[in-house]
Amino acid sequence: MIKSVKRVGPPLLLLAPSLILVGIFVYGLIAVNFGTSTTDIHTAAQTTGQEPSSNVWFKNYFDLLGNEAFQHSLKNLALYTLLFLGGTLLMGFVWAWLLERPIRGESIFRSIYLFPMAVSFIASGVVWRWLLNSGQDQSATGLNRLFQMVGLDFLQNNWWNNVDYGITAIAIPAIWQLSGYVMALFLAGFRGIPEELREAARMDGTTTWQLYRHVLFPQLSPVALSALIIIGHMSLKSFDLIMSISKPANYQTKVPAIDMYIYKSSFDYANAAAIGSILLVIVAVVVVPYLIRTNRKEK
Amino acid sequence: MATLSTRAAPPKETAGQPGRSNGGRRGKGFSLARTLRYAALLFFLLIVLIPVYVLLVTSFKGPGDASPERAWNLPSNWTLDNWRTAWDALAPSIWRTLQMVVPSAILAAVLGSLNGFVLARWTFRGANLVFTLILFGMFIPYQAVIIPLNELVLDLSLPSGIPTLILLHVVFGIPITTLIFRNYYQTIPHELIEAARIDGAGLLRTYASVILPLSLPSFVVVLIWQFTSAWNDFLFAVFFSSSQNGPVTLALNNLANGALLQNYGVSMAGALFASLPTLLVYIVLGKYFIGGLMSGSVKS
Repeated sequence: MIKSVKRVGPPLLLLAPSLILVGIFVYGLIAVNFGTSTTDIHTAAQTTGQEPSSNVWFKNYFDLLGNEAFQHSLKNLALYTLLFLGGTLLMGFVWAWLLERPIRGESIFRSIYLFPMAVSFIASGVVWRWLLNSGQDQSATGLNRLFQMVGLDFLQNNWWNNVDYGITAIAIPAIWQLSGYVMALFLAGFRGIPEELREAARMDGTTTWQLYRHVLFPQLSPVALSALIIIGHMSLKSFDLIMSISKPANYQTKVPAIDMYIYKSSFDYANAAAIGSILLVIVAVVVVPYLIRTNRKEK
Repeated sequence: MATLSTRAAPPKETAGQPGRSNGGRRGKGFSLARTLRYAALLFFLLIVLIPVYVLLVTSFKGPGDASPERAWNLPSNWTLDNWRTAWDALAPSIWRTLQMVVPSAILAAVLGSLNGFVLARWTFRGANLVFTLILFGMFIPYQAVIIPLNELVLDLSLPSGIPTLILLHVVFGIPITTLIFRNYYQTIPHELIEAARIDGAGLLRTYASVILPLSLPSFVVVLIWQFTSAWNDFLFAVFFSSSQNGPVTLALNNLANGALLQNYGVSMAGALFASLPTLLVYIVLGKYFIGGLMSGSVKS
């Protein structure tokens, strides 16, 4: 007993500050947040204790999920995630594939493809708001004007101002910003494949396509999975880019993270907390199996 | 994955074929495939640089130049007015952001280093579970904690603005810094630690004399990561500070979406100002920056 305390004690003591902080700020607050989401604290007055609040169980959740506006947010989130994931994975893979074999100027291409990653969504949102301006023909600026200049007028559209799929326009800057990151992941994946594997395949007289299909792609699937999880969870939490390109009050581009901000701003703590919990569940469904799998593989 | 870089691994020597094997670089001469690759790479390069062109060009344009017809043209009169206005508007918040980013990055790095050491090299039963529980903090949507966090900040009567944001960036930085350090420390041979143990060194002694001296590379990676992510944060900024006491992302957003007459030139000059520090980090420490990005991916 004493012996095991002596063995486990010191490392736990060293971890203690972090464990306490993470325990309180992550797990503790998630629990409290869930508690708030089951109350009827919908106005500022109640939060200052002037009116009693009572437990309404899952009413807020049912109301939200039954609400057409919130369903629109969820649909937007799904569309955005689909495009953002597909776009970054495709671009990132193509760039890595183009750079995989030695080529002069590789580091220049790599650096420029990667640099948007260093910039905040708020800063890039400033320029993308202009590029995705919905003005057309006479008043066209941004990409619409560019399309006119190169004779592709038919490509002009009102971008994020479309109610049904405007959110997909917001995915364009997101793809611009993170494709380079996915490229770096894939490039590391390509470089991590032992040269012997390629040599052996070449000796066997495989074609280039067969080499990719049977030797290289399978080796890249863990990288693809990492990219999927990272981009996926970023996408589900998307907030900054939408705030800076569109406005929070815009119905066209709203997602749950934006709804949460709006409810919080109007002191509707119960609904804001409920949306937080819904987002948490969505992210956890994606991430927890991955964490468990990674943890198990290490043992 | 902490120390991965995208540099090519040194060519491995195969029997009877010394030096670089024939990995695709075939003679000089003309090659259609290579020309096509260059063409594709250049095409994508131009696409990626479009927003940069717009930012730069517009930031030097006077108010009259912003008419739609001339949207893509170079400025007819180059002016620095936008840059002056943007600097005046953003300078105080840039200074505040520095005061926020530096201490929070250092604190999160120190905690991550201690955690990483214990979880990689001084483990105990259940260490993997503890690690996974910490790691989960990296993935949670912060929206799921903001409402009670707000109350907690009020209850602790933390000063709004930078001090609160420092605390939050430290706390929510712990998962990723722990991950990076743990991955890195796993590459340190067990024997080194065993040797120290046999010499009678305890936990802290081993950390200070064996681990810490080897930690510089991952400290660099972690500090870059924390610097950029705290610098670029907007979510905490918008919930826990105001434009009077908040960081530069908030100030920039207010500048660009302000109620005042929309001035794209000023907004774009401001966006460039707000991005300069992280771009500088990227340019100067590019190699490590990539390392930082890699460490952000969970070990596969």
